[in-house]
Amino acid sequence: MFNVSKIRADFPILNREVNGKPLVYLDNAATSQTPKQVIDVIVDYYQRLNANIHRGVHTLSQEATDAYEQARLKIQAHFNIAKSHEVIFTSGTTHSINLVANGFTSLLNKGDELLVSAMEHHSNIVPWQMLCERTGAVLKVIPMNENGELLMAKFDGLLSHKTKLVFCNHVSNALGTINPIQEIIQKAHAVGAAVLIDGAQASPHIKADVQELDVDFYIISAHKVCGPTGVGMLYGKESWLKKLPPYQGGGEMIAEVTFEETTYADLPHKFEAGTPNICGGIAFGAALDYMNAIGFDAIASYENELLDYATQELLKIQGLKIYGTAANKTSVISFNIQGIHPYDIGTILDKLGIAVRTGHHCAQPIMDFYKIPGTVRASFSFYNTKEEVDVLVEGVNRAKAMLL
Amino acid sequence: MTITEIQQEIIDEFSMFDDWMQRYEYMIELGKSLPLIAEQYKTDDNIIKGCQSKVWVHAELEEDKLLFTADSDAIITKGIIAILIRSFSNQKPQDIIDANTDFIDKIGLKEHLSPTRANGLVSMVKQIKLYAIAYQTQLN
Repeated sequence: MFNVSKIRADFPILNREVNGKPLVYLDNAATSQTPKQVIDVIVDYYQRLNANIHRGVHTLSQEATDAYEQARLKIQAHFNIAKSHEVIFTSGTTHSINLVANGFTSLLNKGDELLVSAMEHHSNIVPWQMLCERTGAVLKVIPMNENGELLMAKFDGLLSHKTKLVFCNHVSNALGTINPIQEIIQKAHAVGAAVLIDGAQASPHIKADVQELDVDFYIISAHKVCGPTGVGMLYGKESWLKKLPPYQGGGEMIAEVTFEETTYADLPHKFEAGTPNICGGIAFGAALDYMNAIGFDAIASYENELLDYATQELLKIQGLKIYGTAANKTSVISFNIQGIHPYDIGTILDKLGIAVRTGHHCAQPIMDFYKIPGTVRASFSFYNTKEEVDVLVEGVNRAKAMLL
Repeated sequence: MTITEIQQEIIDEFSMFDDWMQRYEYMIELGKSLPLIAEQYKTDDNIIKGCQSKVWVHAELEEDKLLFTADSDAIITKGIIAILIRSFSNQKPQDIIDANTDFIDKIGLKEHLSPTRANGLVSMVKQIKLYAIAYQTQLN
């Protein structure tokens, strides 16, 4: 039984006030809040376990290593990953994408084609543009329609034997669209292209099964799933991870070092140079435990209720337009009110204690598509309530009265 | 009036309000009285970087004083730039260079001074001062 007041009690930050008003946190797509179960793990790490991992013979180092490697197993289980060494700890989604993009430098030739969806976050565009500059490969865009849905027929037309890589988010951060990644993966594989799916925005709502998807790379950031910032995951199929060269050199990632030659460590360490975010990795595992205890089916069904209610109530406001109306979407609502700049609405909502995001959401091509400077984005999590939706709607009405 | 006198006047006006809503409503009002930038200067070159909304500022020297005009597509930002321009327009470039912007804090808009704010108040002040430095060099 989903009990939101019991869940809210797990999140200390939800008790705080902002500008004299109770905090209404609706910027979950930017970062999720942290439950005390995860905060406790972080505190416990520094009070009881803190040590450098993997090579210490002393007890603390061994215990910290065990906890860190346990977290890797939790991530493996969560995404149904076949082998634990296919889980690479990174500093987050951006790092994961850069690692793969860098690795493909030696695998691409001039004229090879990369396909990107029209609704990507800048972090899933820029590293690939840099890769194209290095290799002479060409970046092509899978367009979308007004609802914020990819035009799959156009995608079919873009695919060819030249296509080497396809990358796309599982869920759009700016629009909430859930993309048909299963279909994208199958069709890309049919022409021999590899697929990278940015799961950052999907991860708090959808539990992805990488083997069922047959995806080549799947990546997420811990801070979107109630974990800490500065840690994330790169899943890569073993065959790909073996093919890609190391990204950064340093400690941890080597087998033997001499001044003449260095041999690299096996997976996953080949891609984990330097002392990792040990505490962050352990807390990442705890965050997945926390969310799994609630259950992703329960979370998705509750968030869908919130989404439907918020959509219905916001649309009652005259002049309000929602961007991203895909049939299949997560609990993200991007909107504008005719004649008002999104920044103005966000500023007034902040004075009312309501945290939303305004601007282009690091997805300027989407804003260009709609010919708008940005949107106001309210993104809902399983710890939000219908009452908070009401506060948002009242706040938007108040902002509208002040600003129009 | 000197810049300090104008800033004191603005502080006095804002001190009449007891809550943020009145302050913001007044700021929006001030935005409407902003001396608007001529269309020909509303170019990408004149856009101030670091703002979530678009802000254009233009400066012209009239005798020994600088006259500023501006515009923004966001109404609160327009209010902020209006307050800045009221304080700095029709002043000598050297006086603009020497002036401080503590008054923004004193009128209860402190949150707009934080570097994390997306409205770019800090960038606006910087741009105004850069104009003043450029014209001061010309006067020398």
